[in-house]
Amino acid sequence: MTRQFLDFEKPVAELEQRIDSLRETMAAPPAVSGEAAPAIDVAAEIAQLEDKVDRQLRATYAKLTPAQKVQVARHAQRPHALDYIARLITDFVPLAGDRAFAEDQAVVGGIGRFEGQPVVVIGTERGFDTESRIRHNFGMAKPEGYRKARRLIELAGRFGLPILTLVDTSGAFPGIEAEARGQAEAIAASIDACLTAPVPLIATVIGEGGSGGAIALAAADRILMLEHAIYSVISPEGCAAILWRDAAQAPVAAEALKLTAADLQRLHLIDTVIGEPIGGAHREPNAVIDAVGRAIASALPDLLALRPEALLAQRREKFLAMGRLG
Amino acid sequence: MSWLTTYVRPKIRNLLGKREVPDNLWVQCDACKQMIFVKDLEKNLKVCPHCSHHMRADAAERLAWTFDDGQYTRIELPKAPHDPLGFRDRKRYPDRLKEARAATGHDDALMVAHGTIGGEPAVVAVLAFEFLSGTMGAAVGEGLVAAARLAVLQKAALVVFTASGGARMQEGMISLMQMPRSVIARQMLREAKLPYIVVLTNPTTGGVTASFAMLGDVQIAEPNALIGFAGQRVIQQTVRETLPEGFQRSEYLLDHGMLDMVVARRELPGRLGTLIALLGHGAAKVAA
Repeated sequence: MTRQFLDFEKPVAELEQRIDSLRETMAAPPAVSGEAAPAIDVAAEIAQLEDKVDRQLRATYAKLTPAQKVQVARHAQRPHALDYIARLITDFVPLAGDRAFAEDQAVVGGIGRFEGQPVVVIGTERGFDTESRIRHNFGMAKPEGYRKARRLIELAGRFGLPILTLVDTSGAFPGIEAEARGQAEAIAASIDACLTAPVPLIATVIGEGGSGGAIALAAADRILMLEHAIYSVISPEGCAAILWRDAAQAPVAAEALKLTAADLQRLHLIDTVIGEPIGGAHREPNAVIDAVGRAIASALPDLLALRPEALLAQRREKFLAMGRLG
Repeated sequence: MSWLTTYVRPKIRNLLGKREVPDNLWVQCDACKQMIFVKDLEKNLKVCPHCSHHMRADAAERLAWTFDDGQYTRIELPKAPHDPLGFRDRKRYPDRLKEARAATGHDDALMVAHGTIGGEPAVVAVLAFEFLSGTMGAAVGEGLVAAARLAVLQKAALVVFTASGGARMQEGMISLMQMPRSVIARQMLREAKLPYIVVLTNPTTGGVTASFAMLGDVQIAEPNALIGFAGQRVIQQTVRETLPEGFQRSEYLLDHGMLDMVVARRELPGRLGTLIALLGHGAAKVAA
């Protein structure tokens, strides 16, 4: 797949284009005139350019603005929930349906093993191409999706299985049918289920944590977040349209909302920031998935050691403290 | 628990201030456009005597209408962090707060009081739409938790009146985290086997609907209140369809199984009293 570049990655894109064309020259048969540069020089130039790309990416990604992080978090090639499940979960058995109305593929989930430990995994899945994006409704769940999540959370509770959630959604689906079937109630009930599950619950924001649609799966014992992921009460675009009366002010709103992992850790609203590879998760999907796996693996033992009552009390206290003075 | 012992009296000055409208003033109903004598409208609990349109009420009116003989004791709510993000849109958030406080006399968008409804002990929490559109930030979350704790302590029911534009955007993710926090408040009532009744009023949207407002033991709405998760403009932009007649209104939600009943304002205290008596006694039996 060809790499998709973000607007602020233009210098990198140009460098990588030059590398690509140099590679083509190397691969091409020598010109008849015999004037082609010696292969050794081309290789050296490629190495030099690659070094430049690396430095450029490091410099750019070390000081991404909140608005740029929004772009990175939404990058089409960023690994999705199903990529994480495929790499981190063995014996995965997908489960489907809310037992009331439908199967909503915006929410994926099932049972499997994480490092040998049986777990329930629930994630919001955006899809990776047009066909799958439509099938997963671009990661925007309907009430049946949240009711399926609640069903899986309750199943985990009954069987004593820890729950891992993977959050990547622009938000709950805003549609006529979704409202008719009780989008608000479904989200509220899913939060309720998260807070009463007598098993460890670890939420990881892997891309975009969009408002109510995200918290429905993230009222957890531990909230992990990727370095360039975002988590916000409203999209910067929506916020700008309402408070600035101008959607073009989205970058300003992104800054004001404090939606980056670093900001949220400073505000004590998330627990752990997981570093991403240079240039973002989309450059090295496997590396970032493994990093998430390590972060979950290091958070889980402490939670597994707690009795259910202690775990629930701790989870409740965690959320009661959010917004308490002092 | 200092907030339990420090009672404040109802803001009498506020209530009196509202009564200073000239007796001969007329207002026009937003719905039927008929002229209504202000005194008649007030006597009719701000419901249009011509078309029964339920006009917006403020938090103090709600409390006065709900408790027996309009008698109640307000509790002072814990203070919440002031402008945790240092938020500034076209205005600084502290300035917005200051203006809202000056205009309403409230500290934030939640008022909590206790008293009796139909002779039954009850704690009532009211979202004040007049304060920054009743949006939920840390102070509202904190207030709901305080209301729940008071209800548990008094073995009383908790009745919540909602009217809200949703999350308080100026508090960013802290406002989103009030969703689980408010759900915990609701859970405290469940664990104590005490009734938790929600009365949805016009309008109730966003993160408020998607948390404590939809988890009542009994869900009541006033007639024709706008109740939903997503805003109508957002929905229209997403689905590009005409919204159905009465979409996201109380009666629509009742038809779709999201509410137990739609109750006219004048009938509310009586209905609440009956429900609390029935559920409350059941709880006493379970506890015994």
